Amino acid sequence: MDTFIQQIFNGLILGSMYALVALGYTMVYGVLNLINFAHGDVLMIGAMVGLTILKIVNVAAPDLPGVVKLIIAIVGTIPVCIAVNVIIERVAYRRLRNAPRLAPLITAIGVSILLQTFAMMIWGRSPISFPQVMPSDSYKLMGALISPTQVMLLVLAAASMVALVFMVEKTKMGRAMRATAENPRVAGLMGVDSNRVIVLTFAIGAALAAIAGVMWGATYSSAQFAMGFVPGLKAFSAAVLGGIGNIYGAMLGGILLGLIESLGAGYIGDLTGNFLGSQYQDIFAFVVLIIVLTLRPSGIMGERVADRA
Amino acid sequence: MAHYFDLKQNPRRTYTGLILIGVALIMFPFIAQNFGNSWVRIMDFALLYIMLALGLNIVVGFAGLLDLGYIAFYALGAYVTALLASPQFAAVLESFVNNYPAIGNALLWIFGPEIAKDGIHMSYWFIVPFSAAFAALFGALLGAPTLKLRGDYLAIVTLGFGEIIRIFMNNLNAPVNITNGPQGINLIDPIRIFGVSLGGEPGSRATVFIGDFPIPSVNAYYFLFLALCIAIIFVTVRLQHSRLGRAFVAIREDEIAAKAMGINTRNVKLLAFALGASFGGVAGSMFAAFQGFVSPESFSLTESIAVLAMVVLGGMGHIPGVILGGVILAALPEILRHTVEPVQMAIFGKVLIDAEVLRQLLYGLAMVLIMLNRPAGLWPAPKHEDRPDADIDKPAPATGVVAA
Repeated sequence: MDTFIQQIFNGLILGSMYALVALGYTMVYGVLNLINFAHGDVLMIGAMVGLTILKIVNVAAPDLPGVVKLIIAIVGTIPVCIAVNVIIERVAYRRLRNAPRLAPLITAIGVSILLQTFAMMIWGRSPISFPQVMPSDSYKLMGALISPTQVMLLVLAAASMVALVFMVEKTKMGRAMRATAENPRVAGLMGVDSNRVIVLTFAIGAALAAIAGVMWGATYSSAQFAMGFVPGLKAFSAAVLGGIGNIYGAMLGGILLGLIESLGAGYIGDLTGNFLGSQYQDIFAFVVLIIVLTLRPSGIMGERVADRA
Repeated sequence: MAHYFDLKQNPRRTYTGLILIGVALIMFPFIAQNFGNSWVRIMDFALLYIMLALGLNIVVGFAGLLDLGYIAFYALGAYVTALLASPQFAAVLESFVNNYPAIGNALLWIFGPEIAKDGIHMSYWFIVPFSAAFAALFGALLGAPTLKLRGDYLAIVTLGFGEIIRIFMNNLNAPVNITNGPQGINLIDPIRIFGVSLGGEPGSRATVFIGDFPIPSVNAYYFLFLALCIAIIFVTVRLQHSRLGRAFVAIREDEIAAKAMGINTRNVKLLAFALGASFGGVAGSMFAAFQGFVSPESFSLTESIAVLAMVVLGGMGHIPGVILGGVILAALPEILRHTVEPVQMAIFGKVLIDAEVLRQLLYGLAMVLIMLNRPAGLWPAPKHEDRPDADIDKPAPATGVVAA
């Protein structure tokens, strides 16, 4: 039973990171109908910049408490990620808004390669260990262990999702975003500056990815130039699972995928008579993705049918 | 440029061009071998990449289905070949016997003691078609759930599929050792054609004797790959102008209209997937035989992207363009390796950017810039490719250069 609860906790933690990244995918998709392939690499940039800031903070002010250091790292990382994502939008996507479907996807892959290569040039090829600033002794909760970093991650993820929901539902800008997602042309006629909305969408996605990136690094204590690829794919799967284009769907999908993954990895050995082990953790997301696409392409909470040829 | 190889408009120039290229291609290894076998080897790999790019071109270029996990089919072909033509199968049986005695003994009984000792060594006449069929089956299986969906979903699913295949290849070594994990499978038999081993007989120092005429093994493979490439080019050219090829293009241009014209879009898309995958399977099989060794490392996402970059850079859907893209991008890393570092040493006194990094940069830049500025690629298809007779009555401008 203890393992079960532990796996649930692990799943929630993993899932909240997926949810943060999935929000970036789903919001961009909602507004532009475009998969921002490079989004996973924004997460990587977040982790890398966060790591650099943490190292500087560690030297400049070693006596600060760990939480404050991480917050400084996140606050410092967010503008960098926003800048990166907004530049990506400006350079790679804006001119292709009315181009055939394949074109923006291919530029997105190109951008993703470029980001990884730049990161490789700046931070090197091999994984860098993330400075441990949080206390390492875990709390015991219902028989499961949870570390302070993980608690902080859960709190941050919850807070940023609440802030996002508030922004989208209650502010004027949020209404403009919803309108653009519904129908960009009509929204434009109603006086919504669609370019502003799109840039803002990319910026919000990047900010969430920055938080996820720094916390990802802090949780797994390492960062590397290629680290964004697999989480990016999984977060996309999570967005599809929840219903792409729907922000609540992305949150739900992220958490669910995290749970599926960690429970799956925990029990796959028993289920298959040890033929498959926990090293197959990474395949769950894709299996889920394929199942969802086959059975219910609009996802759990999606209203729109995905078929638009 | 687009009309250089247009048989209908300029048969004479086309034939001379093709003959010249043919002579150059046949002469190449004999000249290059004087500078060392590595040049021919590079060319062998370039030919493999061209095969892959032509296969991917069917899926991406003709049918407009973005497949980002194409290398998975290459991997499947390579691993099927490795299992059927190396001692590895003996290890597979042994690990079954050790872990699941019931299944293991049943398998032993089926395969007999000889295979349990030496593994399977089948003829390539069987393996190559089998790899193609196996890859095609997986292509269709992968395509099936995504066919009703938009192209970008397909891209992600294929990307995920490529990862799944790689994860399995990396981990299927315990408890049952099928792929030998990250170490890969060794000692794959060389290709044998009519009793002549293209890897060279043992003790011949990788020299193949055709009659009494000795040629290095890499040259033998060069000619085999060249022949295969020409066969694949022939098949794809014929495919392009066939009913099926037209159906691919129709789906790419407008799926709903294609459906309205009576094309069974589901089957046609599945066929595109299966065909593309089968070419990947053949190329993988060749790769395994040529290298004598396969490991998951050779089938990373970077490779998928490199093949995609060839198709995109050259010109999606245009066969000569794709070949050009393949040649440029396959040769690029080698050229970079030989120039970048010495040049940097000369200018800065140290290597600032190594060739591998620069290659990645160029791939990324090429994909972004080409899509932004020349979305149809460096050598795009002439505009009226879908109506081959439409531009016959207006002759090409005197310069021979037609803007596509």
